[in-house]
Amino acid sequence: MEKQAAECARKAYLSGRSRPLQFRLQQLHALYRLITEKEAEISAALKKDINRSQYDTPLFELIGLENDLKLAQSSLSDWAAPRPAKKNLLTLSDQVYTQAEPLGVVLIIGAWNYPWALTLQPLIGAIAAGNAAVVKPSELSKHSSSLLKELLPQYLDQEMYPVVTGGVPETQELLQQRFDHIFYTGNSTVGKLVMEAAARHLTPVTLELGGKSPCYIDKDCDMSVACRRITWGKFANCGQTCIAPDYILCEPGIQDRVVQEIQRTLLEFYGEDPKCSLDYGRIINQHHFDRVMALLEGNAAAIEGKNDREECYIAPTILRDVSPHSRLMQEEIFGPVLPIVPIGGVDEAIRFINDREKPLALYVFSQDKKVIKRMLSETSSGGVTVNDVFMHYTVNSLPFGGVGNSGIGSYHGKHTFDRLSHHKTCLVKSLAMEGMNQVRYPPQNAVHLKRAKFFLTTRLCSCHRFACVWAILATMLALGLLIALLVVLLKVKDFCIFDTVMVDT
Amino acid sequence: MESHSEVVARLRSVFRTGVTIPLQFRLTQLSALLSLMEDNEAQIADALHKDLGKPKFEAVLSEIDMVRNDICYAINNLKTWMTPEYVGTNLATKFDDCFIRREPFGVVLIIGAWNYPLQLILLPLVGAIAAGNCAVLKPSEISQATEQLLADLIPKYLSKECYVVMCGGAEETKKLLQNKFDHIFYTGSQSVARGILRAAADHLTPVTLELGGKSPCLIYGGVDIKTAAKRLVWAKYFNCGQSCVAPDYLLCDAETRDALLPAIREALEGFYGPDPQRCQDVGRIVTDQHWSHVMELLGRSKGRVVIGGESTREDKYIAPTVVVDIDETDALLQEEIFGPVLPIMALETVEEAIDFVNARESPLALYVFSDVPQLVTKVLENTRSGGFCSNDGIVHMTLPTLPFGGVGASGMGCYHGRWSFDTFSHKRGCMFRGWALERIGALRYPPYSETNLSWLRWATTTKKSSCSVM
Repeated sequence: MEKQAAECARKAYLSGRSRPLQFRLQQLHALYRLITEKEAEISAALKKDINRSQYDTPLFELIGLENDLKLAQSSLSDWAAPRPAKKNLLTLSDQVYTQAEPLGVVLIIGAWNYPWALTLQPLIGAIAAGNAAVVKPSELSKHSSSLLKELLPQYLDQEMYPVVTGGVPETQELLQQRFDHIFYTGNSTVGKLVMEAAARHLTPVTLELGGKSPCYIDKDCDMSVACRRITWGKFANCGQTCIAPDYILCEPGIQDRVVQEIQRTLLEFYGEDPKCSLDYGRIINQHHFDRVMALLEGNAAAIEGKNDREECYIAPTILRDVSPHSRLMQEEIFGPVLPIVPIGGVDEAIRFINDREKPLALYVFSQDKKVIKRMLSETSSGGVTVNDVFMHYTVNSLPFGGVGNSGIGSYHGKHTFDRLSHHKTCLVKSLAMEGMNQVRYPPQNAVHLKRAKFFLTTRLCSCHRFACVWAILATMLALGLLIALLVVLLKVKDFCIFDTVMVDT
Repeated sequence: MESHSEVVARLRSVFRTGVTIPLQFRLTQLSALLSLMEDNEAQIADALHKDLGKPKFEAVLSEIDMVRNDICYAINNLKTWMTPEYVGTNLATKFDDCFIRREPFGVVLIIGAWNYPLQLILLPLVGAIAAGNCAVLKPSEISQATEQLLADLIPKYLSKECYVVMCGGAEETKKLLQNKFDHIFYTGSQSVARGILRAAADHLTPVTLELGGKSPCLIYGGVDIKTAAKRLVWAKYFNCGQSCVAPDYLLCDAETRDALLPAIREALEGFYGPDPQRCQDVGRIVTDQHWSHVMELLGRSKGRVVIGGESTREDKYIAPTVVVDIDETDALLQEEIFGPVLPIMALETVEEAIDFVNARESPLALYVFSDVPQLVTKVLENTRSGGFCSNDGIVHMTLPTLPFGGVGASGMGCYHGRWSFDTFSHKRGCMFRGWALERIGALRYPPYSETNLSWLRWATTTKKSSCSVM
């Protein structure tokens, strides 16, 4: 079945119909209709999958997709147009440009935590770039996955974009097939397996992975706003967000205040008992519930509640004075558990972050520009939001992706289009101007070499500022003189006409 | 003597000090590399001649000057490349700063190839240095003279702490690949590339692969046969056919082929004289093994040698050769030739030629010679290749403003000029949020409501630009 889906997509791609812009625009528009017309069904599926609040669905899944679709539709002709490149002396009369072309058949493997956004956003770029795609949503979000399998063929070209559902065996079978790009969102363990499978066919990959995204709270910041924003980002989707602030780093002196503010915010957001709040989610399944609970061993919580395995409910949990060696600090939490690790200051925070794998996101809360500058320039991460969380994800002109263990490649907006295209270098010459070419042909000699070098050598620009200023001044002077000359000439002409008129009368 | 892991660990700790980050450091290293090229031009040309019989003209044009040009281009533009790129925002983030920072990966591994042993390792190095990385260079052990020269010169000119040359063969490379790198840049063959990708997968290391394949050359429609023949001959027999972007084989109709053969003969004689083996401008095959491989392909071919065919094992010499009367099953059409043998297969129409090319793996380069622009466009739009050039060969890769790389089996990623800088950089999306406007920000917080959601939707949704005044 997986092999059939890949072959079906390949055959559809080879028909050539995904290449005209008109087709791509139609498909993008159809996808837009899918997510706007079926919002209620999508919300219902997410509620069953992960107890997603009906308001979180548009906010975290659909608005981003709508924006990307609108952008792709309005910009596609620009994106797909030839991109001219600067010429040298030898190519002055030639056409020199790059042309974006589809890669072919893209495999998109989605994730369960945002099953619509993380599966469909890559698909938008794949369609826009003219590819066919095999879409494999996550089996863990099974209601969303069946709904997608039902809906996508109703709106999109079902041969060009087949949906394959299933678990690990089905995914492994898919990975045996040859694709022209594999786009995977998930964890780094499976990411390595995907890349290894891709190696067989020399297939390029985009891996959107995760990791522990650190959140540094400087003592010099608006603590109350900072903690509200962090609380929002941490507990949305019950902590199951690849860019959730995984843990907090702060000085011991402000730890108490941080805990207080978060507690106050939790009350404001979810009430006395978050279990009863419509806006608080659930852990995806009992396996992950057990996984998160196991991480807590050995740590006393500063804030916690009564958890419920049957309902996959974990109460918002904050732990203070967490040791860097505890289990909580060894792997990505992906749940509503927030450890606070006390550190001595920004130096120690930077060392702490750099001693670990590069995260997908880095968060810094500070009003001190120097602290922000240091955090930014002395660490590495997929992306950064300063003084908030998540927000760099929402601007589709920013590339979203990881680095090191948190991923390879990036996407969103035009970046997805570029990622899923091949930018073919094109030099369109004529057979004319052969005279110039004689310098490169044998028999070779020093004179030829000198001439060839003249045409081909890039010279170092040793323009000093003084020389540039002088050049600008000289140009202005020359322009001024030219204008003065024109004025004089016009005046002389007027004078001559006047004279003639006077004579006539 | 340091082990591989010790070297990599040492480079990583140097990288962590931040020494490679400032613009001034990068410019100093690039200038030092430029001095290396300028001070040692004669020795470099000499080493290339020892390795490949490379004529001085070719050494200067296709190796030394290409590297010098790229270094100058990088020095001239580096400040601009390093400047954060500010991007557009939506209504909800209007007062925030959104920009892309290009940051180094860390410690990168550059594995060179033997056919252009200088260019293929130093051009990526220019990008790695410009992007602020530390680097391990692993030149090809097959081009021994250049390998040795690089091992001598690099530590003399560049920072020994940041850039290390490691020599050795396949075994050494395997050991090297067990270490974690932050990017691997490999130029070479598909079979080795698979092994490199698998090794990279273990560490989730991003990879750039510059591979090869059979770059087809199509000649259809009217064409100035003499000029086409000259350019084709130049591109094919440059570096004795050992270029990843050499036109590997030719497709044209029988009439064109018949007109082309005398033009090719004339061009060859004009370039190399009546006895190419005695001509200083003709290179040699790199090793006995590679010579034997090309001769074996020629031997297994069912075609007819109409030009050249002479060879001398001791000299690793193969004459510029043209073979005709072959079909698609011929030995010369199965794998990349990488030698001075040009098979010509007659296909009557350009449509058949396009189908032939499309039935095979995507090549690194694709060439068309034609006086008919519509025909050129037809081939361009209906075939896939890393790069495309009409009415000439190879030259599309000499412009630093064009990306050079493959697609599908011919590679992934690209470089040259700014593209090298981007290849060795991580594009980090950054947003600086203000503290103000928390009231608006609060619309996103629970307890959720329909009203809040409507406001947020309005503020965050991309609107179609209907007002051109604003």
